Amino acid sequence: MKTKFSIFSIFKALFLFIVVMATVIPFLYMISVSLSDKMYVLRNEVLFYPKGLNFEMYKYVLTDSRVYAAYLNTLIYVSVGTFISLTVTALGAYAISKEWMIFRSFFIKLMVICMFFTGGMIPTYLVIKGIGILNTRWAVILPETVSVWLFLIMMSMFRSIPKELEDASKIDGVSEVGAFWYVALPLSGAAMATIGLFYAVSYWNDFMRPLLYLNNPKLFPLTILLRDMILSGSDMANKGQASDDGGFVVVDSLKYATLMVSVIPIMCTYPFLQKYFVKGVMVGSLKG
Amino acid sequence: MDNVTQTLKTYDVNKTKSKKKVGNFLNDFKRSKILLLMFLPTLIYIIVFRYLPMYGVIISFYDYNPYKGLFQSKFVGIQNYVSFFTNVDFTRILVNTFLLGIYRLIFTFPAPIILALVLNEVRNNHMKKFIQTVSYLPNFISVTVVAGMSVMFLGPTSGIVNHIINIFGGESVYFMSHPEYFRSIYVVTDIWQGAGWGSIIYLAAITSIDPAIYESAYMDGANKFQQIIHITLPSIAQTVVIMFIISTGNVVSIGFEKVFLLQNPAIMVTSDVISTYVYRTGLLNGDFSFATAAGLFNSVISLIFVWGSNYLSKKFGDNSLF
Repeated sequence: MKTKFSIFSIFKALFLFIVVMATVIPFLYMISVSLSDKMYVLRNEVLFYPKGLNFEMYKYVLTDSRVYAAYLNTLIYVSVGTFISLTVTALGAYAISKEWMIFRSFFIKLMVICMFFTGGMIPTYLVIKGIGILNTRWAVILPETVSVWLFLIMMSMFRSIPKELEDASKIDGVSEVGAFWYVALPLSGAAMATIGLFYAVSYWNDFMRPLLYLNNPKLFPLTILLRDMILSGSDMANKGQASDDGGFVVVDSLKYATLMVSVIPIMCTYPFLQKYFVKGVMVGSLKG
Repeated sequence: MDNVTQTLKTYDVNKTKSKKKVGNFLNDFKRSKILLLMFLPTLIYIIVFRYLPMYGVIISFYDYNPYKGLFQSKFVGIQNYVSFFTNVDFTRILVNTFLLGIYRLIFTFPAPIILALVLNEVRNNHMKKFIQTVSYLPNFISVTVVAGMSVMFLGPTSGIVNHIINIFGGESVYFMSHPEYFRSIYVVTDIWQGAGWGSIIYLAAITSIDPAIYESAYMDGANKFQQIIHITLPSIAQTVVIMFIISTGNVVSIGFEKVFLLQNPAIMVTSDVISTYVYRTGLLNGDFSFATAAGLFNSVISLIFVWGSNYLSKKFGDNSLF
């Protein structure tokens, strides 16, 4: 009995150690290579800590005008997109959370169908082309305005607000919009933060829509730039190669630096926001 | 005569009833006016970006020409479907799509469950929090970054994987140019990115189990493994089944992004799936009708999968999604 238990704890510790290492090591490696002197990178000597510490690569990345522009684009998509998504979702979810709303179950059915069936890539592309937003910023923002999943989570969060509070506000002569603005919204601050964060992350990481709907390099977000630089190799990578004379190993450390620059904002903010994300999943699972 | 008056009476009653109904409807409508207005943006979004494309699938029955528009294009019936099913690439992309999906179901699906089971046994709360925070992180990283990392780590010269292989005296392998590695790379990165985050739902289900059950099992001499198999797993069965139904729906709707990003001409044999095929034929070659037919085929199959696994779980257990 006693020994079996300890075998289990050894297994447990080992398993979790591997899980943590598997997550941490890739980032550690990227950071080490991107901060190392090219000599050591070239000789393949860098593993888990930087050798010949220098920030040269980050200087390259951060002064590159294309990275700068792409960063700005991503920030525009994230901020404008999250604002629109959150507003539309909150208004709609509040309305649907009222059981006495007319056509309510029909609207819910209409939305749930969207979760399981889509028109597909080409018809969506043609619609976006048809309404004239192809190759504009709106093509990245509008097609994902409402996530049905987040909408339903938001709805169940609004439903958990006690009815009595809104009834009381109505007796005081507040309209339906007033009840939304003065009662429902202040009570669901955490819920709004959760849903907003999910939207923000999905806009930050969006790759498919910019790829399909944008032609103009001036509008490209970070994800497209990363693809161009790392997966298909491009001008900037070559620039690093030419000026550094070190072959493509140095270019590799430049690539790692670029990857890190795109990951760092998330890595820095995520641990503080984690509890909101977890809350969102919990509510979602209760609904499921 | 009596019969007639009876009918007339019932007719009258029905009439007033329906009048009342119309009145109720109008009342309900007036009462909901502001709510309807609040829902309007969502409704417009749903119609324009979700239902118009669904309607748009009819172009797969036409020889659609973007310059002429749909109504000037020639109706060709199921010709696009016939040419898709008889295409030389059809078997290959279908097999690739299914294999990738099934691999994901076999390997990616259980990973978060196992992680949750082990995490639940961690008694030190700070330790648990730390491991959770670390393991959730990859979920928030863009697929582009994950694909970029995989390609670079598996690279022939400076990639860490070959680095380690070299340390142990092995030869460098360029994984990204060998088609036989593609599926493993896809599944491993999938687990790396999603297992931690996926475990939240199962952890929540596990914490809702009554601790008294474990205590009595312990009294009866059950060890940790027996407790997991006989108490924890049956208790979270419902969550597992629901998540399983959702993931079967994903068997064929393989995410476009990661496959597309990891793809290169050398490994097309195993990495070409329906969605990347749709992208290539439709958007790059401009064959809209044909690509829409292929895309619709994909959507319908995934719908059948969801419905089928839901039906099976309803039939053989009490759990179902809808």
